[in-house]
Amino acid sequence: MGLLDRLAPRRPDAEPSPLPSAAVGDPVFATKALRKFLTALTANASPVLLDLGPVVGSNVSFFGEQLGCKIFVEDIFADLDRHIREKKLEQLPDFLKARFPQATGSVDGILCWDLIDYLDKASAQAVATELARVLRPEGALLGFFGTAQPPDLRYTKYIIVDEVNLKHRSYPAARGRQTVLLNRDIIRMFGGLRVSDSFLLKNNLREILFRKPA
Amino acid sequence: MEKDIVNIGKSVVIKGELNGSEDLTIEGHVEGTIQLREHVLTIGPNGRIKAQVFAKSVIVLGEVTGNVTASDKVDIRDNGSVDGDIISPRVAIAEGAHFRGSVDMQRKGGAPAQPGAKPEAKASAPQPAPASQPQRVGA
Repeated sequence: MGLLDRLAPRRPDAEPSPLPSAAVGDPVFATKALRKFLTALTANASPVLLDLGPVVGSNVSFFGEQLGCKIFVEDIFADLDRHIREKKLEQLPDFLKARFPQATGSVDGILCWDLIDYLDKASAQAVATELARVLRPEGALLGFFGTAQPPDLRYTKYIIVDEVNLKHRSYPAARGRQTVLLNRDIIRMFGGLRVSDSFLLKNNLREILFRKPA
Repeated sequence: MEKDIVNIGKSVVIKGELNGSEDLTIEGHVEGTIQLREHVLTIGPNGRIKAQVFAKSVIVLGEVTGNVTASDKVDIRDNGSVDGDIISPRVAIAEGAHFRGSVDMQRKGGAPAQPGAKPEAKASAPQPAPASQPQRVGA
């Protein structure tokens, strides 16, 4: 049995996880890094995954069925919105420094969608430092970064179709992307990690797979 | 044979331990522990639960604060809300549902998904990509 066959050990008793009906019309794009991220996680029997986006039921089912993993959902976008609503944005970096209850080196994989684009520099650095802390050695972090700055105030939910395709669905945000980070800025920000793979997609999205050195 | 389903109505408040051996629908308030190990627990749209929950299957249309353990499936429907950790081999979370916590879908016995597979990093030993390194362009 090949590696890719083993990556998708669908259990016969498991019901398929249909996408929500609203997702049918959402645009689909190819992902190069997700499969590599999954491969990195399958090295562990019961990996622990940290998802920094809003909860997407079909993603939870996907990872659970593929990896049999434990998933922590930490919706940092919701925290950002709350700080904006309460006019406490200056407190966000300190809040984020204490936001993650996970122990140091306890997480096998992190899904850091395009969150960093929406944060100010201090908040983004606080998140990156914390993610590098909680990731275990040899663990993987999949990060999405925009290479263009759309004017509208929208976040994006990324919905996994399969190992090589994602859908994206916009939803209202309290503020738009703050900046377009250069490659070297991203690498500096995640200083405790090394870049394993980097892909620039046609939809102006950069996928970077980081690994934590052993 | 018709299956009996017990209902706890909207006006009912229970504090303590709730055990049962039949399917149960809760529309009221329950605080404490709920154990229906071989049966289905449904938290109705009016149900408000602050409890540790153990059941075969749990369907949430109302609000649950506390950890939920199900041997078969947890299903959080549209407008359902769970604040707590879920342990179950199958979890469905509908669009419009609220969830805050962790989901543990670990396989029984913790069997590895790929016995004998090597981590990709060890196999290919990728090098750090400096800023000037050309990128692969996909999609």
